[in-house]
Amino acid sequence: MEQLPILIPVPLLVFSFITVLLGLWHKKLSFYSAVTGVIISLAASVLSLVRVINTGPLHYELGGWAPPIGIEYVIDHLSAVMAILITFIGLIGIIYSYRSYSREIPGREVPLYSLTLLLLAGLTGIVVTGDLFNLYVFLEIASISAYALMAVGDNKAPVAVFRYIIMGTIGASFYLLGVGFIYFSTGSLNMADVANLLPGLLESKAIVAAAIFIVIGIGFKMALFPLHLWLPDVYTYAPSAVISLIAPLMTKVGAYVLIRMLLSVFPLDYLSEQLPVTLIVGWMGAAGIIIGSVLAIAQKDYRRMLAYSSIAQIGYIALGIGLANPLGLIGGMLHIINHAFMKGCLFEVAGAIKYRTGIWDINKFSGLGRKMPWTMAAFVVGAISMVGIPPACGFFSKWYLVLGCVDASNWIFVAVIVASSLLNAVYFFRIIEKTYTGEVDSSNPEVETAKEPPGSMLAPILIMASGIFVLGFANAYIVTYLLEPMVRIL
Amino acid sequence: MFEAFVGNYAYFMTAILLSIGLYGMIAKRNLMKKLIGMNIFQSAIVLFYVAGGAKWGATAPVYDPDLGISNPALYANPLPHVLMLTAIVVMVATTGVSLAFILLIYRRYKTLDEKEIIERMRD
Repeated sequence: MEQLPILIPVPLLVFSFITVLLGLWHKKLSFYSAVTGVIISLAASVLSLVRVINTGPLHYELGGWAPPIGIEYVIDHLSAVMAILITFIGLIGIIYSYRSYSREIPGREVPLYSLTLLLLAGLTGIVVTGDLFNLYVFLEIASISAYALMAVGDNKAPVAVFRYIIMGTIGASFYLLGVGFIYFSTGSLNMADVANLLPGLLESKAIVAAAIFIVIGIGFKMALFPLHLWLPDVYTYAPSAVISLIAPLMTKVGAYVLIRMLLSVFPLDYLSEQLPVTLIVGWMGAAGIIIGSVLAIAQKDYRRMLAYSSIAQIGYIALGIGLANPLGLIGGMLHIINHAFMKGCLFEVAGAIKYRTGIWDINKFSGLGRKMPWTMAAFVVGAISMVGIPPACGFFSKWYLVLGCVDASNWIFVAVIVASSLLNAVYFFRIIEKTYTGEVDSSNPEVETAKEPPGSMLAPILIMASGIFVLGFANAYIVTYLLEPMVRIL
Repeated sequence: MFEAFVGNYAYFMTAILLSIGLYGMIAKRNLMKKLIGMNIFQSAIVLFYVAGGAKWGATAPVYDPDLGISNPALYANPLPHVLMLTAIVVMVATTGVSLAFILLIYRRYKTLDEKEIIERMRD
């Protein structure tokens, strides 16, 4: 039981190699080995959350070297919740990808499963680590495997992903530079140790530079508004099973890193008052919400619309971080969880439509509601959650964000949140209207013959859709027991 | 002014390299040149760490009975170098993946000019 924190990323890493070996021997085994790896990691995450709730944060010293010299893994409430989120969505995504891969990219499943596990290992590593440099390494493990996964899409994917590599590398390098400034000022890389040492050094210009470099670098990784340029193309051209795994997780983990910097590296109020970095992040988020939503309305391609909507949703999280008060941060963290489920559900619906009809043009969707009733019902659930109608979970995170704005008397942010809900309604309800009230167009033979996707794709979609309601009903529990302990120090 | 430059010339050089790298990544149209810019950018960070870990008059961080362990100023700080070994591995992996993509892109479009590729992606 002492070994729990390491048991979250390591099974994924080990099974990523086992998967290749088993796949060479027998192709089908690679799927089962991938599922096994994720289930072990999910079990470890759930057990750690139980222990964190009962006994407080878990600490693990890698190789027995005590921090601050050795690398330390720290699991608190937020890390445990994030680890469960990553492994759960990873499990659902792998099950979903079984049929989707065999249709879209046949013959290349084995390396893809292995890379998926490597991606999940990187992401869980980011959330469990308590070391600044270790975080950089995990960030790059996750990014590099994501680059490779996304580029197996259609012909245009490598160009889009190359742009992502350039911008992602600028982001990671800026983060590394920031860590360098922190290291040369404090002589430590352990987050808790740095947090103890920084208060005496706040006058130093090096720390100002470090804070700015780290925030900009993470901004690239989480696709914060002016730094989001890589995102729409990548989300449009990547394979649909891959993107239904990456869209919910990658950018959210970037947001997690920013929250982690705010909560447990930089001293209290440093990023919010002495150096108003978070306020700038909040305004960038607000601009992203409006511009992302407006651009989403203009899109004809279903996946490109979801991509712009992702930029807007990242804006909500950034806005919560920008408020830097307890309610805003709770809203931001809750939105990370909720948005992962909503976007996962919507992108899996996209993959299912692609699987049966091969179309992504929204104008050709008319009549799909009658041909694929369960899939489109899941879409409706995701859509009302994005708009923010209770009891879907999207309402509650927006509610906490609005409470946070009122707390900070920032009325412009309140207006932004309300306005963007209306914009969300515009672009989601036009699809709902088209799919349910439109007649089947006889010029689209694909839609006329469409039927529900196979069970191994439909079940993940329905699990995600019901997860949206479960999170909505359980939000009071999540906030009281899991997120409030994180912001108690504020 | 001159003193500040001589004492910290490594950092000034790092800043210049960082700007060259960023310029290459953002302004160049050829994908290969973008990649070269990325490598310059990353190498500048390596130099930044290595320069930060250097000490005048210090020896390699291996225990020397003549020097003892009472004065840490006599030994260089090994940690930045070790961190950079890890970072170099990460950078090599990134470069490798990008080279693979450049190869794929070239096979499909027969050009590496970004503007032309994007124009062809439209239709």
